Amino acid sequence: MQRIGVFVCHCGSNIAATVDVKKVVEMVKTEPGVIHAEDYQYMCSEAGQAKIIEAVKEHKLNGLVVCSCSPRMHEATFRKCAERAGINPYMVEIANIREHCSWIHKDMDEATEKAVILARAAIAKVNLNAPLQAGESGVVKRALVIGGGIAGIQTALDIADAGFPVDIVEKEPSIGGRMSQLDKTFPTLDCSACILTPKMVEAAAHPNITIHTYSEVENVSGFVGNFTVEIRKKARSIDMDKCTGCGLCQEKCPMKKTPSEFNRGLGNRSAIYTPFAQAIPNVPVIDRNACLKFKTGKCGICSTVCAAGAIDYTQVDTMVTEKYGAIVVATGFDMIKLDKYDEYAYSQSKDVITSLELERVMNAAGPTKGHLERLSDGKAPKEIVFIQCVGSRCADGRGKGYCSKICCMYTAKHAMLIRDKYPDVNVTVFYIDVRTPGKNFDEFYRRAVENYGVNYVKGQVGKVIPQPDGKLLVQGVDLIDNKQILKEADMVVLAAAIEPNPDVRKIATMLTASIDNDNFLTEAHAKLRPVESPTAGIFLSGVCQGPKDIPETVAQAGAAAVKAIGLLAKDKLMTNPCTAKSDELLCNGCSKCANVCPYGAISYEVKEINDHGIRETRRVAQVNNALCQGCGACTVACPSGAMDLQGFSNRQIIAEVDAICR
Amino acid sequence: MSTVNKAELIKEISGVNPLKCMKCGKCSASCPSFNEMDIKPHQFVSYVVNGDIEALVNSASLTKCLSCFACIERCPRDVKPAKLIDAARQLVIRQKGETMLSPNEIPELLDPETPQQLLVSAFRRYRR
Repeated sequence: MQRIGVFVCHCGSNIAATVDVKKVVEMVKTEPGVIHAEDYQYMCSEAGQAKIIEAVKEHKLNGLVVCSCSPRMHEATFRKCAERAGINPYMVEIANIREHCSWIHKDMDEATEKAVILARAAIAKVNLNAPLQAGESGVVKRALVIGGGIAGIQTALDIADAGFPVDIVEKEPSIGGRMSQLDKTFPTLDCSACILTPKMVEAAAHPNITIHTYSEVENVSGFVGNFTVEIRKKARSIDMDKCTGCGLCQEKCPMKKTPSEFNRGLGNRSAIYTPFAQAIPNVPVIDRNACLKFKTGKCGICSTVCAAGAIDYTQVDTMVTEKYGAIVVATGFDMIKLDKYDEYAYSQSKDVITSLELERVMNAAGPTKGHLERLSDGKAPKEIVFIQCVGSRCADGRGKGYCSKICCMYTAKHAMLIRDKYPDVNVTVFYIDVRTPGKNFDEFYRRAVENYGVNYVKGQVGKVIPQPDGKLLVQGVDLIDNKQILKEADMVVLAAAIEPNPDVRKIATMLTASIDNDNFLTEAHAKLRPVESPTAGIFLSGVCQGPKDIPETVAQAGAAAVKAIGLLAKDKLMTNPCTAKSDELLCNGCSKCANVCPYGAISYEVKEINDHGIRETRRVAQVNNALCQGCGACTVACPSGAMDLQGFSNRQIIAEVDAICR
Repeated sequence: MSTVNKAELIKEISGVNPLKCMKCGKCSASCPSFNEMDIKPHQFVSYVVNGDIEALVNSASLTKCLSCFACIERCPRDVKPAKLIDAARQLVIRQKGETMLSPNEIPELLDPETPQQLLVSAFRRYRR
């Protein structure tokens, strides 16, 4: 029989204003097992905890029920308090009479009744609680960063600087990500490559960082502190140790008509290529779908011209298996496809481009060598129209429901840069709302309007009609003047919505990290744990978690690194003792539990069972406590009731339900 | 019927929640009859929100809207101003008998007062 103490917290007036705490104390005193009950203003305070410890000693209590806030807030506090009082921490139950009761009710009688019921349920559970011991598991002191953009690079640098080895896996031939494609960055207008390449070089040269480019994560197993990851290193067809990066192969390659991914398809590249001049590593790859040697067997020019003899057509994909303590996801974003927005004539006219394409057009290494020109005829534009919110804030199913956040600022940047370099070009921006919160951000936007004469029009564009003479007729509206606007433009730039990298779904599934309807990875707590996934040991860096600009991405990347370092710095992790346990006498070896287990924690063993005197050899389930996360899926899948979750057994749950329904 | 009730009726007939509007103006930007209208498509939405239904039912826009549905097609928020305009037209018709229209009654109602666009709209809608 348990000796239970019940402690009812006022939480100032948070609970006491709606729940009659004195009455709760009186009502629970007659519950089975309850030896002692009292109330106090702040149970979580030092004085409140002292009261609990004192009561444990005085009444020889071995189980505690604290009627207070959500266990998310103070379960850990009261478990530690129980430990100090000499009780197993898993003998503590929290009855949530704040979030689940006082905050959501107005009537005191009803709230008090509910508080008593919640307390009864917790008491019923503690009556069946048994002491549990947390195990220990080791921590592999190495981190994996998935994605080599600015988010991944920054996280890797911060972890590496703290002294832990880090691997970056990047699927493209070079690290750098989206930021490497940008021309200038807001709000200071410094050149993107000038601030990014030093970081890329630093990452490449760092003794603690290993970079796997042209590689993808193929499989993840294990758990926090002890992940095993298989990485596929795609065949580069180049010996990375021999290649000197001279670039002669790319010059001589006859297959130069492949659309360049780096230039968003606006220019071409050769079949053997490095994506851009500052690529790291500065070793090309052969695109086997475009290479003549791989398509017809004839050619081999690159091999002939390569003085270092680095070309290797026989290379195959290789698998690397490595163990990690922590994994950071930094998979970034892409622009949405615009095939559902035909009204803007993106597919009909070369002069309707996305903002990311404009970045390439404005960039000195881009398809036009940095000259602002129409992609259809190379003429200098005189009239440019920017359209905001293309596919963002859409509730119609064509686009994304969220605000992409970065477009207001980069459009102001584009408009300003164009007006600065080409003062004779008129720039009109059609906007719905201008959203520029951030340090020096609104000032930046106002500069575009006040100092650079960018014409901001409140209203959306209805359609863009390509004219026979090559101009683009833009039909929009000015909601302030209540006038429809017809404007002939030479170029139209669409601020297309951003979306998480499409690969992130696959990666999230491998990591069992949760993901929202828009494919953004979910954080453990929107406010208090913004860089951690609810899955232990998985951290989030950059746009994979939600739209953000470069300063925010770098800040979040650092925060994710700190969380990963905090994990790697530990020698041992306490494991959750609330894991599944199989009753060998009841198990019929059907494998249902193993099939539903998301962590691969269940295996089978053929062993001799003594079933009430009868010796039989049976196939029974075994749970690996180190792998089990206590999700409980197996307990509901088990048809014979053999699987139970320690600390949340079927008996305990039913006892709670019974107490509520009594 | 009170103004509030009329606004509610317009929402019910149209099935539109005008509060979803984010005031982007893409409806008015898409409208081929914009210059003919006294109350513009995007204003239709705010008139319903503000309950100024008298102005709507007396508006020339009821007959000027071509029911081309460009605004329905392009509205990013699923607000669909043409549906509100159509509902306002129905309100005009319904006020005469306070009842739903049956197809048999249509020939009788074809007087010069009937907004022709109501019929155009009805045909376009039911043909789909």
